[in-house]
Amino acid sequence: MPLLQRINRYGFLRNRGRAAAISVDPPQGTAAHQRCSPLPPRVRIVRATWYHSRVGDSVCIPSAASAVPTATVASRHSALVRVTHWITTLCFFALLVSGVEIVISHPRFYWGETGNDLTPTLFKIPIPASRHLVPTGYGYVLPDANGWSRYLHFQAAWVVVLTGLLYLICGLFTGHFGNDLLPRKADLSWREFSSAIAKHLRFERPGEAEAWSYNVLQRITYLFVIFVLFPLVIWTGLAMSPAFVSAFPATVNMLGGQQSARTLHFFVSLALVLFLLVHILMVWLAGFKSRMRAMITGRAAKSMERT
Amino acid sequence: MSEPSRVEPSPRKLSRRKLITTGLAATAGVAGLGVAARIAQKYGLVPPDHSGIYGLGETLTYASQRLLTRHSLAREFSRSQISKPPFANEIEPLTDEFKRLQAGGFTDWRLSVSGMVARPASFSLDQLKSYPSHTQITMLQCEEGWSYIAEWIGVPLSQVLDVVGVLPQARYVVYFSIEPDTWESIDMADAVHPQTFLTYGMNGDQLPVGHGGPLRLRVPRQVGYKNVKFLTHLTVTDNLKGFGKGLGGASPEGGYAWYAGI
Repeated sequence: MPLLQRINRYGFLRNRGRAAAISVDPPQGTAAHQRCSPLPPRVRIVRATWYHSRVGDSVCIPSAASAVPTATVASRHSALVRVTHWITTLCFFALLVSGVEIVISHPRFYWGETGNDLTPTLFKIPIPASRHLVPTGYGYVLPDANGWSRYLHFQAAWVVVLTGLLYLICGLFTGHFGNDLLPRKADLSWREFSSAIAKHLRFERPGEAEAWSYNVLQRITYLFVIFVLFPLVIWTGLAMSPAFVSAFPATVNMLGGQQSARTLHFFVSLALVLFLLVHILMVWLAGFKSRMRAMITGRAAKSMERT
Repeated sequence: MSEPSRVEPSPRKLSRRKLITTGLAATAGVAGLGVAARIAQKYGLVPPDHSGIYGLGETLTYASQRLLTRHSLAREFSRSQISKPPFANEIEPLTDEFKRLQAGGFTDWRLSVSGMVARPASFSLDQLKSYPSHTQITMLQCEEGWSYIAEWIGVPLSQVLDVVGVLPQARYVVYFSIEPDTWESIDMADAVHPQTFLTYGMNGDQLPVGHGGPLRLRVPRQVGYKNVKFLTHLTVTDNLKGFGKGLGGASPEGGYAWYAGI
């Protein structure tokens, strides 16, 4: 298969109109094209560009006979969603590791403007510290890792914030939030909602439809993470920067002080870690292989009945 | 037949167009980055530790904070918010030279100023105290996470720089402690900032030795480690390459960022 078509298989250069017609291995003769051209009634035409993802952006397999049992593939996640997802994953891991290292140098938390070894704490994490003076109750001190941890933390923060901005701008532009993440009207009844919760509580494996679209709990959770937790963690992080707050003092004053900002930063990070754990668990329950494949290649296999 | 006009264009053709566009965009992007780097260098937006794997993040942080905070003032607090007692971090064992000066009540303590200045000079503590004294009630926060608020008394560094006459090409002030291997540097924006103090007093009293007395540089818009204790020497320079490994301080040589406004 020519190189460009090979690239196209992964959706980066997806053509307007019908995308996956080019992902067909047998050479496309005129007959095949004609077969595709007035589209079979089942295939929805959706104008999709590389950044779009639509359930209906599906495949037209011009196989000589419809009897040939080929499992179709169709696009699930747009290249934008996949690329930003994995950059965010990498950054989140870097932020988590470096964040834990920074906390280890002073595993005590306070409320208000100030806090140190001489002041009462809001709470302590019962771990050893990487500094002599911190009263942890342990007889030893861990190695200091704050140099590279701070470097890594801020670098990963920059990358994830810029990635997030790209995702937000493109997401608004392409209608990703409205189409893929905003709960559908039908989902917002109590019956739908409680049935979704009940399904989750029973650890039921998701049905076929959920391989193509998010369920209502997923939509609400993702929107919460994107529009509440991420902004909060950025805000509380910036509120700890002495230079940043010199220009924008309200960012820290609104939170009740620099140590309050640090404590809140810790709790928002915990919430994000909790999301990550549930997210991985859900991917596992739904079928690790297929979900990973969808997020890496952008495609998911459709069962044969749907062809 | 109305449909044929909607037959998809050949993917190959479209891809070629896309390739050319992408190529042009990439070229423009690289050229743009080059220009941006030039401009950043010209306006002093590139930190000395900009190379290496964390250079991107450091440069973005320093450049954006320089643009946003060149003249902004660190938050000041009310007298009632002063931490009692202020927490004094661990200090290295004091050198014999320090102990000798301490025994003499620091009367022989000197702060020498050299480098790109019109009139290199050496100041005693009394000379520094003869300039109008300034106070600030600001927070000292450590990169580890703890913090305290104190009243700091001293003379703005800009006052002393005016006395010695800084040459126009100056870009950094490098400052040294009496403690071995303890030195840092700041750019001129921080050096002439009104809250950057040569600090000799704290909370209405002398600056305690535990807090860097008799003389400490106070840079309230950066975290603790830029606030060097036991200050004895300043050098004004246009280039940090000639100092140590060229990273601009003991902290960057020890793996910490040169710019510590975050």
